[in-house]
Amino acid sequence: MDLFEYQARDLFEAHNIPVLAGAVATTADDAERAAATMGGKVVVKAQVKVGGRGKAGGVKLAVDAADARVKAEAILGMDIKGHTVHKVMIAQAAPIAEEYYMAILLDRANRNFLVMASVAGGMEIEEVAHTQPEKLARVGIDPNVGISHEKALEIVKAGQFPESVLNDVADVLLKLWAAFVAEDATLMEINPLVKTEDGRIIALDGKVTLDDNAEFRHPSHEALVDHASANPLEAAAKEKNLNYVKLDGEVGIIGNGAGLVMSTLDVVAYAGEKYGVKPANFLDIGGGASAEVMANGLSIILGDPDVRSVFVNVFGGITACDAVANGIVQALEILGDKATKPIVVRLDGNNVLEGRRILNEAAHPLVQQLDTMDGAAAKAAELAAK
Amino acid sequence: MAIFINKDTKVIVQGMTGSEGTKHTGRMLKYGTNIVGGVTPGKGGQSVEIEGKVLPVFNSVAEAIAATGANASVVFVPPKFAKGAVMDAIDAALPLVVVITEGIPVHDTAVFYAHAVAKGTTRIVGPNCPGLISPGLSNIGIIPGDITGPGRIGLVSKSGTLTYQMMYELRDFGFSTAVGIGGDPIIGTTHIDCLKAFQDDPDTDAIVMIGEIGGDAEERAAAFIASYLTKPVVGYVAGFTAPEGKTMGHAGAIVSGSSGTAEAKKVALEAAGVKVGKTPSETAALMRAILNG
Repeated sequence: MDLFEYQARDLFEAHNIPVLAGAVATTADDAERAAATMGGKVVVKAQVKVGGRGKAGGVKLAVDAADARVKAEAILGMDIKGHTVHKVMIAQAAPIAEEYYMAILLDRANRNFLVMASVAGGMEIEEVAHTQPEKLARVGIDPNVGISHEKALEIVKAGQFPESVLNDVADVLLKLWAAFVAEDATLMEINPLVKTEDGRIIALDGKVTLDDNAEFRHPSHEALVDHASANPLEAAAKEKNLNYVKLDGEVGIIGNGAGLVMSTLDVVAYAGEKYGVKPANFLDIGGGASAEVMANGLSIILGDPDVRSVFVNVFGGITACDAVANGIVQALEILGDKATKPIVVRLDGNNVLEGRRILNEAAHPLVQQLDTMDGAAAKAAELAAK
Repeated sequence: MAIFINKDTKVIVQGMTGSEGTKHTGRMLKYGTNIVGGVTPGKGGQSVEIEGKVLPVFNSVAEAIAATGANASVVFVPPKFAKGAVMDAIDAALPLVVVITEGIPVHDTAVFYAHAVAKGTTRIVGPNCPGLISPGLSNIGIIPGDITGPGRIGLVSKSGTLTYQMMYELRDFGFSTAVGIGGDPIIGTTHIDCLKAFQDDPDTDAIVMIGEIGGDAEERAAAFIASYLTKPVVGYVAGFTAPEGKTMGHAGAIVSGSSGTAEAKKVALEAAGVKVGKTPSETAALMRAILNG
């Protein structure tokens, strides 16, 4: 889960990483009130989970509370790269002397964690890596060793931070590491980390990604979920514990296993080229597909107004095809008249003959079976074109 | 022969007394896998009968090894306790640990992976994987045993169901070993590890490699193929239509910005001389053409 900037700020504060006062607002009224409480100049910042908001006009300086209101009015509702701005953060303005960079992230290639620190901040770190690589320290961290004070100093020195801030920046790094571990993060980035004119080191903007698999030990993370801007179909699927991602095509997809479902999307996309149709969603019903899971899945997909046909693609491993077939039959009974779109089914693997027999016997007018994945994808694409 | 497991592999099941553990222990026993016991902390000294075989339960992997001579384990322990189970196996220097569990926090995996590397005595397969099968010899995990039999193709895949699909497509040829390496961001055994083992295995003639979006494991595998492999490799990559920034089922299956795309992986593999199929069946056809000379 990616966090909004204001959530990252709050999380940093909870872990004693120095931040400026900040408050989130969803209306211009709230923005004005927050700015008045802070006093002085504030920055009004669009809260969207996408980069480039500054260039898009989503970050504005306000001279006082009344101005904060005007700026918030302009920013709220703005569209930034397809993301509608529902919230702004009101942040205390600070006179910045220098901008630095610091991040800790999961390093998949090296199967550990990576610290990046650089005296050159305030721009994309890829750019620093490209143009001034000598100013970017990249240091792998063994999770069983962590970061000692000496190691932190060594990293900060390698990032070419000036002597005068070494200790303060190393201290931020130690706190960031502690937060990274404590919160089960896969990314914590501070960009920029600034030195103010009065010499304080402050995390001015942050990006945080938390590991969804660790939810069970972080009940507090539930409150960070952005329900408001979730796609309604994705939200409904999540409530039913379905692994669903909405896409922008016309062929609804249900399959078992993440890899097979991704592959199904691709095969449908190829088959759909000639009909001008694409997959409408990703839905993995996982192992042990019960009738209930199938019914929930079908009902989400049939409830998507963009869907014109459905492709159920199952290779029974542990999942038995007869259970899947029964699931489809029962799902259609439960859905009754609500099921109106053609459904192409391809079953293979565990108990396939019985599965096919069950569907043949039920002879539901919406359902047709094909033997191969490629053939079934072509049929589903063709039906979606009509 | 085969890679990583064969008929002499003695397997303990960590989490055998749980419902998933019991179910899959039964399936593995039916297949002929040499299961010698189970580990459930707190239940040591008990025994359970599965598929007509009485299996002892131990409190720790070290106890299980001492009593049975086990040299591999398969982990069905829930995410919350999986790290403890894998650390126990690493501490006992068990040579092979196959982690089926899905949903383990990546910080936990990072910890046990680093521990395994530091000790240097344990190979981890997974987590979030279906396990591995050397048809006719041993089946450790949840891969269905009846899809196909022994043969001379090696298969390595991030995805469970695509493993099954590919075994099915090429069932008339059979496989030396099929390894599901798992779809998590950190996994213990990589495409490269399997490619190397298959290259060195005299009973594997050709290799199918299945990848998916996320990370750059396929790109690194491509570089390895170019430098090390002489056996033919065909590839398949899933996720061409996956949108940026969305996790597609597997925790590791995500395109971030311009990195981790299926297209980049396909290009890298093709540059290394790997024929890459557009669909699983086209990939199987490419392998078929190679084997039929």
